[in-house]
Amino acid sequence: MARGHPGRRTVAAFCAISAPSEKPGEDGVFTQRHGCVRRARRALFERSAAVRISPCRAPRGRSEKSVSATTRSTAPAEAVLSVRDLSKRYAATAAVDRVSFEVRRNEIVGLLGPNGAGKTTTLNMIMGVLEPSAGSIAIEGIDLAHDRARALARTNFAAVYAPLPGNLTVLQNLTWFGLLYDVRDVRARVDALLDRFDLRRFVDTKCGVLSSGEQTRVSLAKAMLNEPTLLLLDEPTASLDPATAQDLRGTIRRCAEQGSGGILWTSHNMYEVEDVCDRVLFLSHGRILLEGDPRTLPREHGVDSLEALFIQLAREPLHHVETVR
Amino acid sequence: MNLRRIAAIVLRQYYLMRTSPTRLVPLFAWAAIDIVLWGFIARYLNGVTEGGPNFTFTLLGAVLLWDFFTRVMHGITTAFLEDVWSRNLLNVFATPLRVSEYVTGLVVTSIATSMIGLAVMLALATGVFGLSFFAYGAAAVPFVLVLFLFGIALGIFASALVLRLGPASEWLVWPIPALLSPFAAVFYPVAVLPAWMQWFAHLLPPSYVFEGMRAIVAGQAFSWSSLAWGFGLAIVQIAVAQYVFVRVFRATVKSGLLARYSAESVA
Repeated sequence: MARGHPGRRTVAAFCAISAPSEKPGEDGVFTQRHGCVRRARRALFERSAAVRISPCRAPRGRSEKSVSATTRSTAPAEAVLSVRDLSKRYAATAAVDRVSFEVRRNEIVGLLGPNGAGKTTTLNMIMGVLEPSAGSIAIEGIDLAHDRARALARTNFAAVYAPLPGNLTVLQNLTWFGLLYDVRDVRARVDALLDRFDLRRFVDTKCGVLSSGEQTRVSLAKAMLNEPTLLLLDEPTASLDPATAQDLRGTIRRCAEQGSGGILWTSHNMYEVEDVCDRVLFLSHGRILLEGDPRTLPREHGVDSLEALFIQLAREPLHHVETVR
Repeated sequence: MNLRRIAAIVLRQYYLMRTSPTRLVPLFAWAAIDIVLWGFIARYLNGVTEGGPNFTFTLLGAVLLWDFFTRVMHGITTAFLEDVWSRNLLNVFATPLRVSEYVTGLVVTSIATSMIGLAVMLALATGVFGLSFFAYGAAAVPFVLVLFLFGIALGIFASALVLRLGPASEWLVWPIPALLSPFAAVFYPVAVLPAWMQWFAHLLPPSYVFEGMRAIVAGQAFSWSSLAWGFGLAIVQIAVAQYVFVRVFRATVKSGLLARYSAESVA
């Protein structure tokens, strides 16, 4: 989508005029403490947007139809994921350190950070395969630690490092994972996903012989089986060529627009993040350093692009980060 | 427990076997080779010791039952290892699946696969070597059941071992039945073992099974209460194995081993 998307211009204009609080706080960091201010501003923004019927909150590439559906809401969307003071320690090392954030309905949140920042550790804890050292995770209000099965029934994930068994066909994998997620009428659901992800011709092909792009599509189809209210995507377009990655982004965006859930997305591709995400969280050394709109954050921090901001933060030594905080 | 999630675990194994001769053949091939080998040994020994004990029962029958137990145990561990080999544990345990449902799915899979092995072994032993196992009718069922339960217990325990120690530890799992066989008194009475081995043998349900089978074949008195003791022991061992699996699972979730399982890390 071109930079001159009308929705984007509206966002920029609105932010420039009526969002002085979008600048960093005294400590130079957007953290959860500023969340309520931001939500209030967003609600105000959304109300005015609804009156103007303008696709103002739209990330680039979002359709007007879907955007108006999201922006007409007058109340802040309900959180599908609520993470509070989440920590994971390995001996003396803090992989994730008191992280708090939310993902709301119809929202795509980008979790960014350099290698080893704690992104995958955070996702693993939300997926229930890694126990936090402290803190809580609630999916649609259900505490993961206390009701794991019910919480995980509402989520699903796709990650480049977790391909589906290569010795089963696409149809077999989707069918047995459909049963694992207790999907009613698995056949019909799988049938619909085969069409949505253009997998019909691979239905009897073993996943192990598919190309990276095709395997990613199968993983995404699996991730959509139970129509999750929280979708976790860990670098879903890694190792894909730009054209395939763009197609996949479009598919995921459509899923986000048509469904009622939220998405937590990690990526190292800043173009992708800017294109897809409504909000980003910058993670470094296990902590959230920045939070905000990926299209306005760079300017607020005096850099040209999200990539430049990423590099700046990633190269920041920890003691300096501490000082900035 | 959710039956559909249990069915998913079984269905996955069915999918794998349906199209894979390399998975189907081992269900009965090794057991069949054992039956043929020991069948001929028994036939030879019967020939040279005419009027002596019936080796078809004491040797071939014992081999058949021991192989059945081994099939049950390997049925569970192989089903578990399929998830290890395909690096699928992350996908599986990020679903709403409960550990008890997963283990139940493995057990159901093992029931199906071990029954295939048992059918082939019985067909060979009866058809080729005249082992009239069916002559014992329903009386044989409790013996087979105890071995089956012990196979389940050991299969769950071995899976927990692999989960705890990492993918490379699968080599520890395969020889476990062979390691136990001297203590289980498969071919000889428990009484011939030294005291410390007898102590260990009494903790193994198969020792009660083989003692009982030998007594019945020899026409001697047999105490059903000792088999009942073996049955109770096997039930307790299943409960302990399940407890160990759950504890190991929780430990791997806590330590991060499950999330990084494919990295072959060993704590």
